[in-house]
Amino acid sequence: MTQEADQIFVLAKHWLMGYVPAVAQPIASAVLSIVPVLIAFPLLFAITTVLERKGLGRIQNRYGPNRTGPAGFFQPIADGIKSLTKEDIVPLTADQAVHFLAPVLLVVAAFLAYAVLPIGRNMVIVNLNAGVLFFFAVGSVVELSVFMAGWSSRSKYSLLGAMRAIAQMISYEVPLVLASVVVIMEAGSLSTVSIVERQAGYTGIWPHWYLFTPWGLVGFFLFMVAATAESNRSPFDLPEGESEIIAGYYIEYSGFKFALFFLGEYLGMFATSGMAITLFLGGWAAPFSFLTWIPSYIWFFVKLLTLIGFFIWIRGTLPRLRMDQLMNLAWEFILPMALLNMLIAGIWHFMQPGVVRWLVCLAIVAVPCILLRQGLKRRKKFQVRTYRYAD
Amino acid sequence: MVGEGILKGMVETARNFLGSYVEKERLTTVQYPEERIPQVEAARNFPFLVYDGPNWQQGMRCVGCQICEKECPPKCIFIEKSKDKKPDAVGKPQFYPAVFNIDISVCMSCQICVEVCPFDAIKMDVEYDLPTDDRFGGLLLNKQKLSKSNEYYHEIHPTEASAVDGALAEERAKVKAAADAKAAAAPAKPLAPATAASPVSPTGETK
Repeated sequence: MTQEADQIFVLAKHWLMGYVPAVAQPIASAVLSIVPVLIAFPLLFAITTVLERKGLGRIQNRYGPNRTGPAGFFQPIADGIKSLTKEDIVPLTADQAVHFLAPVLLVVAAFLAYAVLPIGRNMVIVNLNAGVLFFFAVGSVVELSVFMAGWSSRSKYSLLGAMRAIAQMISYEVPLVLASVVVIMEAGSLSTVSIVERQAGYTGIWPHWYLFTPWGLVGFFLFMVAATAESNRSPFDLPEGESEIIAGYYIEYSGFKFALFFLGEYLGMFATSGMAITLFLGGWAAPFSFLTWIPSYIWFFVKLLTLIGFFIWIRGTLPRLRMDQLMNLAWEFILPMALLNMLIAGIWHFMQPGVVRWLVCLAIVAVPCILLRQGLKRRKKFQVRTYRYAD
Repeated sequence: MVGEGILKGMVETARNFLGSYVEKERLTTVQYPEERIPQVEAARNFPFLVYDGPNWQQGMRCVGCQICEKECPPKCIFIEKSKDKKPDAVGKPQFYPAVFNIDISVCMSCQICVEVCPFDAIKMDVEYDLPTDDRFGGLLLNKQKLSKSNEYYHEIHPTEASAVDGALAEERAKVKAAADAKAAAAPAKPLAPATAASPVSPTGETK
């Protein structure tokens, strides 16, 4: 019974495939795998927008949207109708073709990343043996579309926003990949399916997630910081920067193209969150052995929603970084820590299991943090600020 | 520790998030169409015309002198003065505005019309909920829409209305006394151009 509930979508697909003639089977199989993803994740996007607005509202002691439908939950429908019926303005001097292609490319790239995400047991569109590599390769297409949008708009704000976005995304792609390398080292595989399967075992009631190792913990933290920056979310939302450069690279976009940018951005966020779940949080595996009767895909979405909630919480808390702070964080903190984390993963692999292994690995993390703390303390000078031009 | 400040901030936002579900006083938002904040007495929005007694046409204080029309900075008042005279609230024959329109899409709520009116006929209303789906006709208020009773004026601005009533009563008593004295002294002259209470504005200068 539990087995059937877990595999219901897989069985349904097999049942449907039985009615398809042999010639059309490869195409039908692909369509049947892809269409649910194309429906489920935009739906999740719609739910997330309203949850985000309500959550941010509550953080700021407001109600948030509560007028459209029950408790404001029809807000995404209203937003969708609005963006569909709005006039689509293209600047006169813009490169028409590229201006149109940029949001389309962003959404396509964001969707491609879902091809290798295992949403449940036996539920992955393609089990590539270089799945993680494919994920990051597709993720870097986002940069291209952002630059296409910024350049083709022929606006200085667009270009500034695109430049910021490119600088930020390239800087954070390095730690993003390096943070996930530790998992590949331990799992010995680039396939997302086998990475999850390695984490799906239990010791007693406790799962074998990579989060519960020192390098997994550090790696997860670094991965999430880099993922936040990679998906242009607060506090790393400089490319958007509505208070400085209005809306960055999508200032010249209106109507449904603007909505597509939002969709692409959120889909990218879900994809990187899904990757974080796959690499560190055991993918579709249940958090305790006695909870395995709950279907695997439910666990995946529960984890995904938790991470989304965390993203919203962060967005409600932290102010936007300055450009130099952003770059310093990437190159002076996240990147060295990611390299150090690889060293820790190696040490962990070759030491005997036990408390000593934990202490050694944690010490390697703690020492640079303490040194950094002292360095920051020494550098901090309080003085009366003088303004050269304002007086 | 590094990142201590971030943790502190996150605890603070979490407290706000959860607190907003528990403590009602955290949410300061007024859910507008259902809830409204009571207005202060000095609140003002658009002008209205005051009338005494039960009948708005008979009791209208306005005599169509057109001072407000001339003073109005954005020129949102349009008045057409009557040709004939009709008895006002106290029975005295007066001119009256045949047409009195205020375009509230133009009005800037400056209250100058109220300041210049010698008859206390135009006052500021507190009604702000005036949406309409006809942005030309619906926002052009005519004489009937503008007319509101003195009781309503007492309701929205009690202190000010009492002061105005007192001044008006005093003025009327003075006028009555002067008229009585004049009538007693020279009964032969019935058409004595009476008092300060009815300054004769130059007719025919409407524009």
